[in-house]
Amino acid sequence: MCYNNAMKKLLAYFKPYKKQSLLGPLFKLLEATFELLVPFVVGLIVDKGLGARVDGGYPNADVPFILAMCGVLAAFGLFGFLFSVIAQYFAARAATGVSADIRLDLFKKIQSLSERDVDRLGTATLLTRMTGDIDRFQSGVNLALRLFLRSPFIVFGAMFTAFLIDPSSLGAFALTIGVLALVVYAVMFACMPLYKRAQENLDLVLLSTRENLSGARVLRAFCREDSERELFERRNGALTERRKFVGALAAITSPLTCALVNGGIILLLYTGALRVDGGALSQGSVIALYNLMGQILIELVKLANLIVTVTKAAACGGRIEAVLNRQPSLQYKENTPKEPSGAFIRFDNVSLRYTDGAEPALENVSFAVSRGQTVGIIGGTGAGKSSLVNLIPHFYDVSEGQVCVDGVNVQDRELQDYLREKVAIVPQKAVLFKGTVRENLLWGKKTATDDELWLALQRAQAAEFVQEKGGLDAPVEQGGKNFSGGQKQRLTVARALVREPEILILDDSSSALDYATDAALRAALATLDTTTFIVSQRASSVRNAHIIVTLDDGKTAGIGTHEELMQSCEVYREIYFSQYQDGKGGARA
Amino acid sequence: MKKATNKRTTLSRVLSYVGKYPFSLVGSVLCSLFSVAATLFIPVFFGDAIDCIVEGNVDFNGLFIQFLSVAVATGVAAVAGWLASLCNNRISCNVVRDLRKDAFAKIGALPLKYIDSHAHGDIVSRVVADADQFSEGLLMGFTQFFTGALTILGTLAFMLLTNIKIGVAVIALTPLSLLVARFVASHTHKFFVEQTQARGEQTAFAEEAISGLKTTKAFAHERENEETFERLNARLEKASLNATFYSSLVNPSTRFINNLVYVAVALIGALDVARGAFTVGGLTKFLSYSNQYTKPFNEISGVVAELKGAFVCAARIFEFIDEQEEASDTLLPALGNANGNVSLDNVRFSYTPAQKLMEDFSLSVSCGKRVAIVGKTGSGKTTLINLLMRFYDVDGGQVCVDGVDVRQITRRSLRKNYGMVLQETWLKYGTVRENIKLGREDATDEEMYAAAKAAHAHGFIKRLEKGYDTLLAESGMLSEGQRQLLCIARIMLALPPMLILDEATSSIDTRTERKISDAFEYLMQGRTTFIVAHRLSTIVNADVILVMEKGRVVEQGTHAELLAKGGAYAELYNGQFG
Repeated sequence: MCYNNAMKKLLAYFKPYKKQSLLGPLFKLLEATFELLVPFVVGLIVDKGLGARVDGGYPNADVPFILAMCGVLAAFGLFGFLFSVIAQYFAARAATGVSADIRLDLFKKIQSLSERDVDRLGTATLLTRMTGDIDRFQSGVNLALRLFLRSPFIVFGAMFTAFLIDPSSLGAFALTIGVLALVVYAVMFACMPLYKRAQENLDLVLLSTRENLSGARVLRAFCREDSERELFERRNGALTERRKFVGALAAITSPLTCALVNGGIILLLYTGALRVDGGALSQGSVIALYNLMGQILIELVKLANLIVTVTKAAACGGRIEAVLNRQPSLQYKENTPKEPSGAFIRFDNVSLRYTDGAEPALENVSFAVSRGQTVGIIGGTGAGKSSLVNLIPHFYDVSEGQVCVDGVNVQDRELQDYLREKVAIVPQKAVLFKGTVRENLLWGKKTATDDELWLALQRAQAAEFVQEKGGLDAPVEQGGKNFSGGQKQRLTVARALVREPEILILDDSSSALDYATDAALRAALATLDTTTFIVSQRASSVRNAHIIVTLDDGKTAGIGTHEELMQSCEVYREIYFSQYQDGKGGARA
Repeated sequence: MKKATNKRTTLSRVLSYVGKYPFSLVGSVLCSLFSVAATLFIPVFFGDAIDCIVEGNVDFNGLFIQFLSVAVATGVAAVAGWLASLCNNRISCNVVRDLRKDAFAKIGALPLKYIDSHAHGDIVSRVVADADQFSEGLLMGFTQFFTGALTILGTLAFMLLTNIKIGVAVIALTPLSLLVARFVASHTHKFFVEQTQARGEQTAFAEEAISGLKTTKAFAHERENEETFERLNARLEKASLNATFYSSLVNPSTRFINNLVYVAVALIGALDVARGAFTVGGLTKFLSYSNQYTKPFNEISGVVAELKGAFVCAARIFEFIDEQEEASDTLLPALGNANGNVSLDNVRFSYTPAQKLMEDFSLSVSCGKRVAIVGKTGSGKTTLINLLMRFYDVDGGQVCVDGVDVRQITRRSLRKNYGMVLQETWLKYGTVRENIKLGREDATDEEMYAAAKAAHAHGFIKRLEKGYDTLLAESGMLSEGQRQLLCIARIMLALPPMLILDEATSSIDTRTERKISDAFEYLMQGRTTFIVAHRLSTIVNADVILVMEKGRVVEQGTHAELLAKGGAYAELYNGQFG
């Protein structure tokens, strides 16, 4: 059953908290033991303390003994309290510790997934799993550690005592407990998938919430507030209905438990009555058996409530586990042969398909670049420019062919550190993080000095506005909302430059800049001896590159210098003339 | 003092949400009542049954009658108990649904300023995690509170009937356990607050980190992110440990007090018996009642702790619901189909009072004109759009459409008159179809295809896995340029009287741009259009070109006029082609 699978991986997280996970229930057991002893002490008070009954009174009552026994009871209470406090602490410690560890691993896992994997799963559901699901898991674990051992202990303890009193009563006890176990199992089995589906509705509720925050401008521009609200209410309503349904089903457990135990008592009393009638059993024994069954009842009702929480926790645990088990889709190779070739970066017949059977985003692309060269990548919207440069830092796996840096396949595991440290890519979409300008720039290199930061800002043409905003300590709001599109782009370029990368990839990262700023930026970059890839729509951005790769629908339409391509490549010429009316760059289209 | 009133308002507000379901509430109380009553009678029947079992002379007829009574009582208790659970479940689920609904409606009513300046993850955490925890607490409260309270009253009645002296003693000792519960609960409050805050902060960070994953990977910044997460995680763990541990102390402490009550009962009872004032059977019964009496106290005190946490969560949601909304405009008239005369008169505006941006900004555009806005990045172009769309309100002066101050008409009707394409594309998590029809929901598929074709998006959409029914995830999948084409298709479908194009084609290659320019030309025909662009090709044909610098218009005129002037515009122009 899914329950077992779901728990297997998560159980490993209890290892560091082995001590707490064992001591918690153990102390709870001790507390329960004191609870079981109370009736015996009361029995002592009645039997020994009061002495023999004479004329409806107890003239021989041993008052000091009664006082002493009451003292013992109070001591039991005190020790029970202390043990229980210790148990609660260990349980809380284990539950919160395990959950925190899982949360951290979940975060690490998500970061290790490729962007495409995250897209496929959806940010919304990942966030629910990291918050809501783990919360529920934590409260389930906490409760389970406190009660899971205690309840069976009391149940079986009571059963054992019953066996001592009257071995033949065992049948009634065993039957009751067996049927109950079956009921509990059935309810769990039925509820688990329902809880899981309810959590999926919660994902949608989260999605709506997030989307209406991130898309506030567009949604308002299109006056979609009302229909978005309706959509949210539908999702919210579906979540509510599912929760209600599974809640109604789970709520059967407790009354059913009561009813079953009472049925068990009837059975017990009836068989007892038969034997009392035959003289094989005393009335007192029947009373004792009845009390034991009563104790079981109370404990089982508690357990039934616990089962509901644990079922929820297990359903949530399964969802967490699903993410933890996800294999990153990137493939690595070991010890690929190093090919000594003059080229620094080489694409050999590279093809790329995002999903099997889909049209290729890149098809049979081959070219070579020497160290220090500037490479322009140009082509229409959706021609595959971004896909091409994303292959260099191994963000995706090629479907066919290979990409080599310094003669080594980028899929080689040993190359990964180099790729992480020496390749800087400035993505199309400029993303800044909440904090200060300095904090954002230090992403490039942790140890960079202020001078280095300013140098990078100057090269990225960002020094002026950063100065105006208050220097390196100027605040950056969430998503960089307090900077304009062009400013954000320049900051992200500066962040990449701070790294002093050997390979710099600008993925259309100057699209929001005016031409003058763009030109100044390129001029500054030209002074560096970095191997630079410039992806652009603009012929002006790439025309001075050493090599220009022209893409058209994922295929190379032409490779060469500006002059060569103007001669030989129809697509390049078209792009060029769509921006410059004549070859000399006079007017516009 | 203030805190206390806050808490009370949280309570009264929660109650007002609960009050919307009076039938469930009454049903819950009644069913609990039946269930508890039946449950209390079961031991009585069993007791009588045991009396029938006498050695050698069992009264089987009597026994069966008692069994029958037990069966009936059990049936009533089970059915009523289940019905009560259904009512409680219904209340807690519905209340949380309503709460979420109000919180979500709030998102649509808040000024953009709030949304722009608050961590989205934190708001998400309130609507999702906090609401969930509140729901759990509420359900637990309802389930155990009524049955608990009724059980207490029931057993109290039985006890007083049996032995007034001990009954009174028990009642006298009861407040002690309540006091202890209160003491512990009041000390856990701050831990619960810490826990929800830490959780909100962590969600905010995780949200930012996951949505910026590409950048994280580009800079190999995973380890640093992990460190930050670990720090927040440790904080949450600690707060959570404190909240969990201290709240779980309530139960043992009340149980301890109740054990003392039990001892007191045993002592008084035993001494009474010794004096001949009480019977052993009576004492046994009494002790078992005292057990039954104290049990709900334990449960209720556990619930109190849970409710405490629930209320902290509810307070966080209420805090969000209470944020200042945009001024209501439901009473204002709607703007009909505008002609498109737009004017800004002496507009003063800044995002933060400390940093002046627009001072005395004036502009007048007559209908059908094409206005191009150029200027360095950060010169205030986007701000102008924020004011035109009324995403932000002016600090002084006014913005008018067809001579009417935009604050005198509904925001909705104003925005309906504009078609907007922003440089930062935003697509919904949904199919291509849903995204294009965002412009006009009631459009037919044919109209949608026509719009997509005009935007030159039809071709690539067709090539997607499922064409127009392809699900667009949050990013990836489409290139920025393709995303922009989809946004343009939306406008082509909506055909509003005025247009705002903020770098609408910045990510589209020039060849495609050229192809769609005819469609754009057609679109702009007779429509007042504001274009923010750096591509001068889009600008030269404009009727008016505004050159902006630091929130001011420094030059204004046609392309030829401005070139002849040899000022800022000429400089920009030559910068591109010189």
